[in-house]
Amino acid sequence: MNIMKKTEQASQHTTHQKEILTPQQLYVKNHHRHHHTVTILRLLVLFLFLIVWEVSGRYGIIDTFFFSSPSMVVSFFLKMVMDGSFFTHTGITLLETLLSFLLITIISIIIATLLWYSKTLSEISEPYLVVLNSLPKSALAPLFIVWLGTGVGTIIVAGISVAIFGSIISLYTGFKHVDNEKLKLIYTLGGNRFDAFHKVVLPSCIPIILSNMKVNIGLALVGVIIGEFLAARRGLGYLIIYGSQVFQLNMVITSIIILCVIAMGLYQCIQWVEHLYKKRAGS
Amino acid sequence: MNQPILACEDICFSYHNLNGETNALSHISFQVDKGEFLAIVGPSGCGKSTLLSIIAGLLRPESGKIILSDADTVRIGYMLQQDHLLEWRTIWKNILLGPEITKTLSPEKEALALKLLSDYGLLKFKDKKPGELSGGMKQRAALIRTMVMEPGLLLLDEPFSALDYQTRLMVSADIGNIIRASGITAILITHDLSEAISLADRILVLKKRPATIKREIPVHLTLNENSPLAARSAPEFQELFTLLWKEISDEYHEEN
Repeated sequence: MNIMKKTEQASQHTTHQKEILTPQQLYVKNHHRHHHTVTILRLLVLFLFLIVWEVSGRYGIIDTFFFSSPSMVVSFFLKMVMDGSFFTHTGITLLETLLSFLLITIISIIIATLLWYSKTLSEISEPYLVVLNSLPKSALAPLFIVWLGTGVGTIIVAGISVAIFGSIISLYTGFKHVDNEKLKLIYTLGGNRFDAFHKVVLPSCIPIILSNMKVNIGLALVGVIIGEFLAARRGLGYLIIYGSQVFQLNMVITSIIILCVIAMGLYQCIQWVEHLYKKRAGS
Repeated sequence: MNQPILACEDICFSYHNLNGETNALSHISFQVDKGEFLAIVGPSGCGKSTLLSIIAGLLRPESGKIILSDADTVRIGYMLQQDHLLEWRTIWKNILLGPEITKTLSPEKEALALKLLSDYGLLKFKDKKPGELSGGMKQRAALIRTMVMEPGLLLLDEPFSALDYQTRLMVSADIGNIIRASGITAILITHDLSEAISLADRILVLKKRPATIKREIPVHLTLNENSPLAARSAPEFQELFTLLWKEISDEYHEEN
């Protein structure tokens, strides 16, 4: 608001003196310039990396059999798109990740709610949650295979197991830290604990839930890839393991790059949801 | 007129933890008449808020009784130290929180809410979020949220303490006038002695830990105009202030 007013004044100001910038305009200009510089340098770093990689491959400084090269990755990627394997493998990994993510979000909200409702329950489960959260979840994956067999189900469970405990803990902590006086307000208006939860706790924790989702989407992807390493015939995790076993490093590196893009895309999606929420909440 | 709306009889309350118990309230008895404005003052941490929570039914006294005349019809309104407006709701949605919770939302309630908004000069902020209002306006919105429930007894737990001094004077005058005009019975808890004198008909001074009633002081000010700001310039004001200050400062001296 304030800034808008200032720029408005500033623009009126400059109709009289065109050459000299007001401090506000100077600030805006510098801000944009800095922003552009950072973007250009970021792209430059990527570009330099690709050139060094490609050139050192061509001149035999690194062995492209082990390290591949940007051009080989691109041609392998095009081959994958042509024969359709890109879509099956990427599709299945994406699907498993999204399903794990969805289940993590729903289950952890439900469990955190139950813990908030019952102090005794939360006290009983606290040590278990702490232990399970600090356990390296990849250690559990072989167990899931024995119990559940190999298949999409196992991989989704692996994806869930990586994030669920941390998610429950951070949501419950968020719920618990809601201002007690705000809950008292609900009680003074004649509400009960359920009213307090859905009128105050849940809406005030939406920012926490959203930032928690950002962490979960990344962890779900980690879990899914671990699952695919061990128990899949399809998916990017499978391609990475398979490619390394048959020394098809093009396949491994291309899959990793696709993973990078997926991870970034998923994160951006939630960022976008968060942005929409903030815009709506701020209006 | 002198019909008590609330009687506290021999209220005792203590807090417990593993290191022992803390006696918060000990044998507190008093009555509040219909339409009366009672202020309760006392050193900080003496259990004033606990007493209000007991009256509101949020805490159960260990012994003693709270008697409300026509317990079925007298609703208790409660104003907390901060406005606690929910920042994700508009002012309109905030003030209708009570009816929403008790499922008594009706066109009549909405009409009352609209009337209160316009009476308190907040009508044009109806669709704004609390963050866009000043501290004083937020506290008035909080009062509307309480008044929409049509309380017969209003409990005010230091409702002005979070405001800066000037806003505090303005808002306490505003709210004092509103309460007087509507004829609601009110109990105000405060540590601000001049606030107590300017608003109340009667002041109870509490003693510290365990809180008991130390003294009861009726407030009669000669006024040309019945407003809390005018009350501060009444001839008896300074005398009452000195009296109250002596009572309260005794408490601190005993402690040190």
